[in-house]
Amino acid sequence: MHPALQGLITIVIGISGCVGYFYFSNQFIDKVLFPPRGENAGRNINRANMIRPWLFLLPALLALGLYLAYPVYETLRLSLTERSTLPDGTTAYAFVGLDNYGQMMREPKFWEALRNNAMWLLVVPALSTAFGLLAAQLTDRIKWGAAAKSMIFMPMAISFVGAAVIFKLVYDARPVTQDQIGALNAIYLALGGTEPQTWLTIPIWNNFFLMAVLVWIQTGFAMVILSAALRGIPEGTIEAAIVDGANPFQLFFKIKVPQIKGTIMVVWTTITIVVLKVFDIVFAMTNGQWETQVLANYMFDKLFRANDWGVGSASAMVIMLLVTPILVWNVRNARKEMK
Amino acid sequence: MDIAGSKSSLTWAVHISVLALVLLWLFPTIGLLVSSFRTADQISTSGWWKAMFPSEQNLILRADSPEMQVQEGGLYVIEGDLFEAGKKVDVSVYGVSSRAIDAFVAGEAGELNNGGSITVSPTGHYRMTHTEPFEGTRGQRIFLTATTPPEFTLDNYKNVLLDPSNSEGMAKAFFNTLTVTIPATIIPILIAAFAAYALAWMEFPGRALLIATIVGLLVVPLQLALIPLLKFHNEIGIGKGYLGTWMAHTGFGLPLAIYLLRNYMVGLPRDIIENAKVDGASDFQIFVKIILPLSFPALASFAIFQFLWTWNDLLVALVFLIDSTGETTVMTKQIVELLGTRGGNWEILATSAFVSIAVPLMVFFTMQKYLVRGLLAGSVK
Repeated sequence: MHPALQGLITIVIGISGCVGYFYFSNQFIDKVLFPPRGENAGRNINRANMIRPWLFLLPALLALGLYLAYPVYETLRLSLTERSTLPDGTTAYAFVGLDNYGQMMREPKFWEALRNNAMWLLVVPALSTAFGLLAAQLTDRIKWGAAAKSMIFMPMAISFVGAAVIFKLVYDARPVTQDQIGALNAIYLALGGTEPQTWLTIPIWNNFFLMAVLVWIQTGFAMVILSAALRGIPEGTIEAAIVDGANPFQLFFKIKVPQIKGTIMVVWTTITIVVLKVFDIVFAMTNGQWETQVLANYMFDKLFRANDWGVGSASAMVIMLLVTPILVWNVRNARKEMK
Repeated sequence: MDIAGSKSSLTWAVHISVLALVLLWLFPTIGLLVSSFRTADQISTSGWWKAMFPSEQNLILRADSPEMQVQEGGLYVIEGDLFEAGKKVDVSVYGVSSRAIDAFVAGEAGELNNGGSITVSPTGHYRMTHTEPFEGTRGQRIFLTATTPPEFTLDNYKNVLLDPSNSEGMAKAFFNTLTVTIPATIIPILIAAFAAYALAWMEFPGRALLIATIVGLLVVPLQLALIPLLKFHNEIGIGKGYLGTWMAHTGFGLPLAIYLLRNYMVGLPRDIIENAKVDGASDFQIFVKIILPLSFPALASFAIFQFLWTWNDLLVALVFLIDSTGETTVMTKQIVELLGTRGGNWEILATSAFVSIAVPLMVFFTMQKYLVRGLLAGSVK
């Protein structure tokens, strides 16, 4: 069957299935199971209202359970087992305790990935938030600020892979005898560099050239959120500071920034999550060569190149472990807000 | 907003810094866009930032072959134009040997190796004369240093999108990406909307816990889901393919969808819903006739997120969709492959990348309002 037709049919089945499910299940409770009439009318209405929320939630809960909750458990289980193919062709899973974690710890590539991830975690959220805050503050004060914001926000729509191509062109290097076509080398030579550099192959520093791609993408996000927060600051505090003779810099750092600390934290943690999952950029630009490995790409290597599900799952659990503090923090904040 | 007491020099500094920031952010993308309209030769000989201006280039061209010579009063003459008519070129110097490409000034006569003479005018018109007939089958090589106007071509796009014989073309991948994206955007919306309504407007035990769980699931890395779900898809017999990909995208998109929509629905006026209840409307009717239409902005926000995310996705497609035949490859995967095999062919890379970027950019610029609104509602406060 042609994929487009298959897609169309899936849309129709998906939507009519959903609508049909919700419609008929509601009908079923109201008309058949607990009809709101007869001697038990009152009791029936109450019972129907007890069940109905779960009817509404059921498809979502099934999907969430299957696609997000169950994998957490299953990955944990796989990380503690060793997969092997038996002579008769079936696959067997043997419990091996923490062996996979031990094996992972002995691999230098894992430590390289962890070290690089730590650098990413320090640099990308900090720079994105700082640039975002700067852009938000500056664009709020000028007439063409909206257009400027839109331009800085634009990379948000570009895929990591697309951004990888864009920046590979920026980092391109040609022999010194030819005209440089990569902007970075052209600038480097114009500023007095003698030899064009292949930026992505210089260990340690190449990590920063990869991070630049993510900073470029995430700054717009930070700017949009922080700009809204800056506008939400009560005018009174600003006016009072101006009356007291605060200069624009004091106004920004001493009055405004402290008042949007909460939002800055939100932006910071959101970008941190993105960083922990970053895969496409490294996969497309260096594939972890020249000491640029990161956890998500290391995991992909283990799962699909080395075909080692045990160690792959173990490294996935490491990513999960790193995300957990933020998960807890988010849940606590959300609960606080609901009260 | 103008702050009292700020000086005009500061205002200027603000304008200039914003301009610098905007240019810095635009520069890389424009580089790719410009490159996609240049020929392979142009890309590899000069930076894209020079493409907008006339550039001085060293060219090697050939005059007409000796067959074209005519006799004019005892002299053998070959005459013609090195450039197409109407092209604004400015030849400064020329030569007839690779060892002396700047031997003669344009407009002045030079010597040919065989004893004849040649004149190349600044516009590229040449005239070769000799007392004896020109011999050989190929035309005289002429080396030029000329300033040529900027030149752009649509050939790259024709090649990448419209050439059916091009196995590395993007047409099929474009179509596959679209096939993944549309169902994967539409289906989660409906499932999430019902769940969000229950979480926002229905009272039941465990509601707070459920909401907290969904906030938690928002950040669960989808890396954890790869192997367990691939296993699951293989066990239920759908293996790698569109169906599994749509399901995976639906599952991964749901937490954000439910969270966004619930936050929005909670803010809808209580009166409307209670009045409807008093009038005897069922929850199902309230949802379909009141909540859904009122929630349009939130639905649009999520739809844009999910569209951008599924269109730009690489990982889910690699794991759940693309099998060894490569028939179902998507654009992101195609580009990664081109980066490997065609790393130096920037005309192909730039064009392919831009084909995949163009659609999200269009969505971004037309629906930016909803995107911003969604971001503001979606970040956990």
